[in-house]
Amino acid sequence: MASNQSHRMRRRGLKIAHFIGLFLAMSVICIPGLWIVLNSFRPTVEIMAKPPVWIPNDLNLDHYRAMFGAVGEGGVPVLTYFRNSLIISVTSTVIAILIGMAGGYAFARYRFKGKAAIFIALMVTRAVPGVALSLPLFIIYARVGLIDTHIGMIVTYVAMNVPFTIWLIDGFFRQVPRELAEAAEIDGCTRWQAFWRVEFPVARSGIASAGIFAFLTSWNEYALASQLTRSVTSKTMPVGLLDFTSEFTLNWGGMCALAVLMIIPALVLTFLVQKHLIAGLTFGGVKG
Amino acid sequence: MAQVHLRNLIKAYGALQVVHAINLDIADGEFVVLVGPSGCGKSTTLRMIAGLEDISGGEIAIGERVVNDLPPRDRNISMVFQNYALYPHMTVRENLGFSLKIAKRPQADIDVAVNKAADILSLTPLMDRRPAALSGGQRQRVAMGRAIVRHPEVFLFDEPLSNLDAKLRTQMRVEIKKLHQRLGSTIVYVTHDQVEAMTLADRIVIMRDGHIEQVGTPIEVFDNPVNTFVATFIGSPPMNLLEGRVDQGAVVLTDGSRLPIPPRYTAAQGAAVTYGIRADNIMPVGHALPAGDHIATVDMAVTLSEPLGTETLLFAELAGTEVQAKMLNPRPVRGRETMTFQIALDKCHLFDAATGSALRRA
Repeated sequence: MASNQSHRMRRRGLKIAHFIGLFLAMSVICIPGLWIVLNSFRPTVEIMAKPPVWIPNDLNLDHYRAMFGAVGEGGVPVLTYFRNSLIISVTSTVIAILIGMAGGYAFARYRFKGKAAIFIALMVTRAVPGVALSLPLFIIYARVGLIDTHIGMIVTYVAMNVPFTIWLIDGFFRQVPRELAEAAEIDGCTRWQAFWRVEFPVARSGIASAGIFAFLTSWNEYALASQLTRSVTSKTMPVGLLDFTSEFTLNWGGMCALAVLMIIPALVLTFLVQKHLIAGLTFGGVKG
Repeated sequence: MAQVHLRNLIKAYGALQVVHAINLDIADGEFVVLVGPSGCGKSTTLRMIAGLEDISGGEIAIGERVVNDLPPRDRNISMVFQNYALYPHMTVRENLGFSLKIAKRPQADIDVAVNKAADILSLTPLMDRRPAALSGGQRQRVAMGRAIVRHPEVFLFDEPLSNLDAKLRTQMRVEIKKLHQRLGSTIVYVTHDQVEAMTLADRIVIMRDGHIEQVGTPIEVFDNPVNTFVATFIGSPPMNLLEGRVDQGAVVLTDGSRLPIPPRYTAAQGAAVTYGIRADNIMPVGHALPAGDHIATVDMAVTLSEPLGTETLLFAELAGTEVQAKMLNPRPVRGRETMTFQIALDKCHLFDAATGSALRRA
């Protein structure tokens, strides 16, 4: 009996320790984000207070109001930035996914000369820090007139995302058994139909997740965007954050408010697509 | 319905040739089983017929039409895969109707054909499920249903039962055979399981290393194997093979014991030969079937017995080789008991020891 009880105590102890560990880990991950959300709703005095004020006294929408207000009164062209971000991210994601699907499928299904070398070369491009490319990219773009354009940013993000989407989508197509396409071909499909009617739908959830990654990369990217965009014609939201800095002051509250607006679409998208990320869709098609 | 002709069919991957100029004529409505060990080229041959593998040389004709360069969809075949290859994102109904939908047949026709196939294979209660929600046997039936829905000229089966457990495999074997009787269509079936081959086939094609070793009805290949490979591959337990030398109408085994040359065979004096006896043809005296006109007897010590109910499999040693024999109406066997065995010589075989070919009397 005694050993039974001590065993139970230990189990409970472990469980509590487990929760505490989880809580600490989640805190480290979540508190900065929550802090930003909190700061966007309270006056600058409270944001800057030392020691920090954890429990807010006064919540209001002043920063949001100011942000959407007229330029010169703390206003920022939020909607323009949002539109720029959306156009650039969506277009570059769609292109990256199309290229990623073609490339990933080729790597997963076909054997060709230099396959391993090409694959490694694609992966190596990921090892180059994006910022290191900013100067050469700036010079080239300046020469061809792509500075401060949507197209310039789209091309940049496509180049950034394609190796990653190819790698991810290759992995998903590898999980789709070859026999599915073969069965479809025997059932009367052309190679092309077999892909679109069978292999693509089966790998769809994987492709969607590759899409989320590509979208978030473009949506959140700052370093290159800050170099390659100049004005409201192409500035994206992360770059727009810098509008809150002036020579002597930093408008923390406004910055946090814009950051919150930036996070919302990303969160919404992730939740929307997550519903479609039904794991194990491929399971059951083959084997018993 | 159609015949299938393979003429000097070759498959090579670069310098490596895996199918060596095989010839085979499959009649209309015939059930032909390609059987052989792993890597013998049977699946490759089937995939070439399906159009899933390129043909390196020779010709394949379905009906009177050479199909070498036709894509799978134009060959009017259907295929059941080893892993079923059901479309996981479609329901059973959609899986069954997929080929007709691709062919742009009217929905009403599709429904009729799908319901009929579902009826034949008793899939009706499962029509709205996805493959993931089916058991192995049900998936197998859906795969077969998908094949029959479009009334192809030829059915191809690629080891369709090897993912099922033993009991279900026996059941599905019967269903496949019934299906063939009902549809009367030409079937090419690949398996590595000789029991499946024997039970299903009108004709068996035994393959090894990309060559066809023998073609014949199950009984032909069982009774008259052309070489030791076929002799040991077909039949369970495998045929016992004993090495010996011909001396005055008898085969002298390595320990000096003599067995008469089986009546249907002939061999030159002094030739090195392999003597083949199936377990069914070597039985202990008093526990045997009537053995025919020509009988030899040997004494062997039984080392092991495997009771199977109606019969017991006995492991014994003859001339330094382990021999499997059968005992009907079994009785308990003591360890290392010496028993006298009858050999039915009419059913025994003789092969050339060097080439393995049968030494049949002309």
